[in-house]
Amino acid sequence: MPAVSKGDGMRGLAVFISDIRNCKSKEAEIKRINKELANIRSKFKGDKALDGYSKKKYVCKLLFIFLLGHDIDFGHMEAVNLLSSNRYTEKQIGYLFISVLVNSNSELIRLINNAIKNDLASRNPTFMGLALHCIANVGSREMAEAFAGEIPKILVAGDTMDSVKQSAALCLLRLYRTSPDLVPMGDWTSRVVHLLNDQHLGVVTAATSLITTLAQKNPEEFKTSVSLAVSRLSRIVTSASTDLQDYTYYFVPAPWLSVKLLRLLQCYPPPEDPAVRGRLTECLETILNKAQEPPKSKKVQHSNAKNAVLFEAISLIIHHDSEPNLLVRACNQLGQFLQHRETNLRYLALESMCTLASSEFSHEAVKTHIETVINALKTERDVSVRQRAVDLLYAMCDRSNAQQIVAEMLNYLETADYSIREEIVLKVAILAEKYAVDYTWYVDTILNLIRIAGDYVSEEVWYRVIQIVINRDDVQGYAAKTVFEALQAPACHENLVKVGGYILGEFGNLIAGDPRSSPLIQFNLLHSKFHLCSVPTRALLLSTYIKFVNLFPEIKTTIQDVLRSDSQLKNADVELQQRAVEYLRLSTIASTDILATVLEEMPPFPERESSILAKLKKKKGPGTVTDLEEIKKERSSDMNGSAEPASVNASAVSTPSPSADLLGLGAAPLTNSAPPPSSSGSLLVDVFSDSASAVAPLAPGSDDNFASPDLASSEVVSEEPADTVHDADELFHKFVCKNNGVLFENQLLQIGLKSEFRQNLGRMFIFYGNKTSTQFLNFTPTVICSDDLQPSLNLQTKPVDPTVDGGAQVQQVVNIECVSDFMEAPILNIQFRYGGTFQNLSVKLPITLNKFFQPTEMSSQDFFQRWKQLSNPKQEVQNIFKAKHPMDAEITKAKIIGFGSALLEEVDPNPANFVGAGIIHTKTTQIGCLLRLEPNLQAQMYRLTLRTSKEAVSQRLCELLSEQF
Amino acid sequence: MIKAILIFNNHGKPRLSKFYQRYSEDTQQQIIRETFHLVSKRDENVCNFLEGGLLIGGSDNKLIYRHYATLYFVFCVDSSESELGILDLIQVFVETLDKCFENVCELDLIFHVDKVHNILAEMVMGGMVLETNMNEIVTQIDAQNKLEKSEAGLAGAPARAVSAVKNMNLPEIPRNINIGDISIKVPNLPTFK
Repeated sequence: MPAVSKGDGMRGLAVFISDIRNCKSKEAEIKRINKELANIRSKFKGDKALDGYSKKKYVCKLLFIFLLGHDIDFGHMEAVNLLSSNRYTEKQIGYLFISVLVNSNSELIRLINNAIKNDLASRNPTFMGLALHCIANVGSREMAEAFAGEIPKILVAGDTMDSVKQSAALCLLRLYRTSPDLVPMGDWTSRVVHLLNDQHLGVVTAATSLITTLAQKNPEEFKTSVSLAVSRLSRIVTSASTDLQDYTYYFVPAPWLSVKLLRLLQCYPPPEDPAVRGRLTECLETILNKAQEPPKSKKVQHSNAKNAVLFEAISLIIHHDSEPNLLVRACNQLGQFLQHRETNLRYLALESMCTLASSEFSHEAVKTHIETVINALKTERDVSVRQRAVDLLYAMCDRSNAQQIVAEMLNYLETADYSIREEIVLKVAILAEKYAVDYTWYVDTILNLIRIAGDYVSEEVWYRVIQIVINRDDVQGYAAKTVFEALQAPACHENLVKVGGYILGEFGNLIAGDPRSSPLIQFNLLHSKFHLCSVPTRALLLSTYIKFVNLFPEIKTTIQDVLRSDSQLKNADVELQQRAVEYLRLSTIASTDILATVLEEMPPFPERESSILAKLKKKKGPGTVTDLEEIKKERSSDMNGSAEPASVNASAVSTPSPSADLLGLGAAPLTNSAPPPSSSGSLLVDVFSDSASAVAPLAPGSDDNFASPDLASSEVVSEEPADTVHDADELFHKFVCKNNGVLFENQLLQIGLKSEFRQNLGRMFIFYGNKTSTQFLNFTPTVICSDDLQPSLNLQTKPVDPTVDGGAQVQQVVNIECVSDFMEAPILNIQFRYGGTFQNLSVKLPITLNKFFQPTEMSSQDFFQRWKQLSNPKQEVQNIFKAKHPMDAEITKAKIIGFGSALLEEVDPNPANFVGAGIIHTKTTQIGCLLRLEPNLQAQMYRLTLRTSKEAVSQRLCELLSEQF
Repeated sequence: MIKAILIFNNHGKPRLSKFYQRYSEDTQQQIIRETFHLVSKRDENVCNFLEGGLLIGGSDNKLIYRHYATLYFVFCVDSSESELGILDLIQVFVETLDKCFENVCELDLIFHVDKVHNILAEMVMGGMVLETNMNEIVTQIDAQNKLEKSEAGLAGAPARAVSAVKNMNLPEIPRNINIGDISIKVPNLPTFK
């Protein structure tokens, strides 16, 4: 008998559904739906009380309408009535409606919570199940507040039914995911771990999911789960396929549970206990062995289930990365799958091999499969698989095979799917740079890249090739020659024109000796592309021309003629017009010496992490949304810049377009006023942000010479950047031990902070107060992380309104995630226009490592035992320093607590000393920290000792805390 | 974690959508459309995994799907789930539907959305796999049906009588809709290459 009998059910509902299905057009369907919605609405509003059956019918109709994509904005109240009913059918529909159509109306949530509370207390397992499902599906903070305390009790109570236990475990997991702070750890945790031994495999599966998530955040608390998980796994793996009855799926014993257990074990390093470790190795070997046995069934489900376990086992082997023997076996197994006839397995094998390639034990073994992978790139029919192949080639690339891999990727790029071209371009650019021995190869590769996939070559890629050419003088001549040749092509990509223009502008002289590339030919070649290019490229070419004036005096008049033409001097675009006017003037009045100084070759760029790598990381990482936001922000600031009534002279400073500063020319006459055009580490600008300061030395003394009418009226900046940073430093230290207060203040602007931190996450509210009665325009605060800081700290900000009225305050939220420990503080840069003047100031944002402290209480014995464990000289950092403030014990205590660690009383034998303990939470690890502060009242000195498991952390915490006393 | 479970037919008409992460109703519809667009253009014998669309979180998420006759079953999951495990879960889901509806077809899903939701709820809860044992799931559903029947027998009679009278003169009886050849034959499933 089927479990759902088709005959009964709600007739009205069935009629409605078939009406909809019979609608001939979209319009007719919408009409029918609107009619029904009106009908239901009137029924709900009508005086006559509806019986449960009718309510259920109407709620079902609403669900159906919702599924078709129509908004449902009523019916919640009726649904709540249904779920408060004592009848199962009505209750069930009520819960279903609420789970599908969640509503954040707080009054409603209160009623729902009430009903849930009743059902949880009902002791009726069916009702409890429905209630737990609802909590798990909605999972809102309100629900967590109401039930996070209750559910652990249900979970570990001895008399709870298995099915309820299962639901309770997953329900708790969901609440922990949404509001970890509301789920209290406690006695129940150890009892949850013992659920791994439960008779009922469904309970074990649910508990394993729960423990896996909890253990990621609290590894210590759940450490005992490792040995239990290993023994459970061992029992499953060695059982005959019939032992586990219903949990055997197509002859594979409990595959889901095995997968979950293997995942749980990936939260921990290899077990320390040799017995447990041996047993685990045995399990993994058994799983690998089973893969070689003939299949017990021809059904695809059998092999799927078996391989699901196998892939998870391989993940664990890779995660442990400690048994060379197992790693090589895993690699061989994956190698077999690379050629398997099932696409799914080839896909997964490529994916797993990517992680395997990073292990030192197996990197070489992975490399032996290079031909297979290249073949996959060429022959796979499925773009998902080809993409994995690209990833794997990227991962297995090293000096020995870079040329081959880059060539194959370039090859593939010509026919690659549009969706993955940009990523391949980035990868090729990175590999070419990373493994370039011969930089001519690098230049060739990038130019090829632009030729093949010019549209997908982002700014970062061509910025980077220019950086490298400028920094390496052995390749400059070759680069000039190559771009010159590439530009000969009748149709070349605009990106090539940019690279060509820049490189010839800098190094055109290196090939000018050859009559085939004489100065005039170079100029004519570039100028033949000029009219086909967009405004930013033309602007760049104009800069090239003025550089040519310096490099090749013999074609100066030709260039001046071009600059003087109406299409330049009267160009509708302000930027182009300004450049033409200024460059023309510059070439006319400046002496050769001055030209040579101003138009000197670009100084080398400071060595830094490739911005392309950062871009790829961002592209792959979770931060895609922030990317968009940043780009938007940048665009809006660009627009604000040009929306100003910018006269020709004013825009020299205010246009933050990246190309404007390419030659540093705009900045040179205005040294201290030109703000580095940076916006929160945004990549586009970041590449060149240092160039402005690199050019700065050119300017002193040359101001007068440049006092052409155009430039003389340029703006003056009132802020002295040096002062602000100094001021901020003192204030900055105040924030180490507190979270709220005023960060910065001058006669114009006040910046206040409010922040809260929890584990490795934090949120900071920045309040900008305009102290004047005049509007601030173009108000752009940006948070900047240095390249060193960026991988360790994730900051997300929303742009603020660019106008701040007099006396008004605007607020900006910064979401903070600490990924790993870090030293520096991010910089808050604020630019705005007050009256006619441009203001630019920077302050350090007090996001310091200690903000991610969680205090830990411990006994004296514990403390000293741990203290001794951290006795490695690298783990300890000590500082002896003079007291800067009166030595008051109460204030000192408050500061240590404010610092974030627990203050441990009666631990140190000397009562005058202070000791503290805590854990620094980062996304990747948790670092236990112990500290001891010994005051010496007579000498007015302190001795501060920090011990943590990580040297850099000890160092940083010691620095931060030393400033406090 | 499973972010969403979507079922739609070959024309992109949604037959079930269940989101375990909060999205606005508008976004939910867009995600369904985007997912349909991504999945439907793929050939029959390519692999069953692909990177998720932008709306649902981009490449951090995977779409794992199976195509049965007229319906696509798509699970959107994050990196903590085993791809093959989810693929098997879809199979268990479909086999369970088949047991509960007896030769399940698209129409069953249309006319019994609430039942499908109930069956799914026995398998997946708050985005995590709750139960994978088909017999256990079917037992739970059976128990629910018994409860339903007993309640219907006690108090549902009057209401059912009323609705029966109301519908007496219907020109067309919905159960007679031409089902055609859209039934899903689970017992002889196409094997996946």
